[in-house]
Amino acid sequence: MSEESAFGDLRDLYQDLILDHGRNPRNFRVVDGASHEALGHNPLCGDRLMLYLTVDESGTIRDAGFQGSGCAISVASASMMTSMLIGKTRAQAQALFDFLHAACTGQEGSDGAAHATGQFEGEEIDRLKALAGVKNYPMRVKCATLAWHTMQAALKNDKKVSTE
Amino acid sequence: MPIKATTSPALTNASCVASCRADFPIFTQTIHGRRLAYLDNAASTQKPRSVIDAMTRFQERDYANIHRGVHELSVRATGAYEDARETVRAFLNAERVDEIVFTHGGTESINLVAQCWGRANLKPGDEIVLTELEHHSNIVPWQMLREATGAVLRIAPVTDRGDVRIEDVRAVLSPRTKLVAIAHVSNVLGTVLPIAEIIAEAHTLGALTLIDGCQSVARIPVDVRALDADFYVFSGHKIYGPTGIGVLYGRRDLLNSMPPYQGGGGMIESVTFAKTAYAQSPARFEAGTPPISEAVGLAAALDYVSSVGVSNIGRHEDALLQQAESALGAIEGVTIVGQAARKAGVLSFVMKYAHPHDIGTILDRHGVAIRAGHHCAQPLMERLGLTSTARSSFAMYNDEQDVEALCEAVRDVNRIFG
Repeated sequence: MSEESAFGDLRDLYQDLILDHGRNPRNFRVVDGASHEALGHNPLCGDRLMLYLTVDESGTIRDAGFQGSGCAISVASASMMTSMLIGKTRAQAQALFDFLHAACTGQEGSDGAAHATGQFEGEEIDRLKALAGVKNYPMRVKCATLAWHTMQAALKNDKKVSTE
Repeated sequence: MPIKATTSPALTNASCVASCRADFPIFTQTIHGRRLAYLDNAASTQKPRSVIDAMTRFQERDYANIHRGVHELSVRATGAYEDARETVRAFLNAERVDEIVFTHGGTESINLVAQCWGRANLKPGDEIVLTELEHHSNIVPWQMLREATGAVLRIAPVTDRGDVRIEDVRAVLSPRTKLVAIAHVSNVLGTVLPIAEIIAEAHTLGALTLIDGCQSVARIPVDVRALDADFYVFSGHKIYGPTGIGVLYGRRDLLNSMPPYQGGGGMIESVTFAKTAYAQSPARFEAGTPPISEAVGLAAALDYVSSVGVSNIGRHEDALLQQAESALGAIEGVTIVGQAARKAGVLSFVMKYAHPHDIGTILDRHGVAIRAGHHCAQPLMERLGLTSTARSSFAMYNDEQDVEALCEAVRDVNRIFG
């Protein structure tokens, strides 16, 4: 048991990294002249975020930002995701999504996850693993993945995505 | 004589409220290793042993389809089903048993009135009055009716504290008002609405009234005749009964003037391919095989609630609500949402550093079950400038230990997020 909480397992979910990004989200802004955007919405809990991406002609994400409201997990996820996406190609963005999705649903051994592990810096993998703390909280998985589904929709230029 | 499938529990007085937790088998377990503090009662209540047993006994011994069956089990099941209707009649003090229609839930009861009464009676420009604090189930059916008939919705506002004032309702009433459809108790704020005054005001203008009693019948005694309500609805599972059954009370003359809800078996006098004559209420509105076992369970639940006493339950919950409000309100970062003059059963709150969903997850690990979200009342959330709240809600089996567990868990939210 940690000193802060009577329940140590809660700290698996609410790690300092998550709490920091939840409290002080990075890239919490509209991206002027964004080439791609999408609204992510979870109608069950009311989480709502607007994601903005600027993708250049070579397919590299040059800028990423978001605005909206949600729980600590969904805000932290969007914050970390936008930080990671800047400088990545579309294919790399998809690989990150695959890794996160597999980690959140307890399928770390999947092909997509293995592929991503070899591709990215240890720090990025650690961030994604922090988000994957939701895997023991089935009702919260959608909070961690909302931003990522929204990213996929934005890159496809779909206008709206919702998770339930 | 059919065998009566329900039995009253051996509870006789107010002291039973204090000990009734033992009547609910769900509390024999721990949740995440903790004593269960179930504070999600506005969403659904737990079932006492007497309800579970009544339904099991009925299905083991007396079950068959009802009506027109000549065999023994059908006679017993029909008797149990119609006895349940009489139990509901007595519970609401309706004048006649044929004023009680069984539906599949509170939502269906409202939809039934909207579709049957509304389509037959509303013309373009006719007005339906709602309040700003309604549950989606008392908003969307009227919007659908608006689409179908050209009727207009008029919305009575709530105050910043969460009250619905009679003068604000009066201000949206007009000679064009045909129906006032309002909650008895708010599922988000706990506000008890002045329904007797609102009903009286509506009637002076010749408008009908529908009261959504889903959050009230388990804590406030309801007498539909004293209230002079035209329609009153509630669901079974929020009053310690099963899911899958709801009640529509309607004045007999109204019900028998309304066209049927759905067509099918059980709702006719006679059928030929040229013409079908509809049965009177309640059969007219109960096409198909109804929720028979659920009716038996609901009757057992109402027997149980009546034996404890609705007023006793209400007083017990009021005391817990006050205790929880002052204890929670004293915790750093907590804001109580809804400070209506009269509240019942529900305590919503938000926290400075933590989103309601994070609160809900942390409380769960303490064995404290609450609900987080918009509570199917998005227009009210917008009015309050919120996207969601954490909502604790009380029932007869809650006690001071539950309130203490709630407060301790909320302090733990501050330890994590503070």
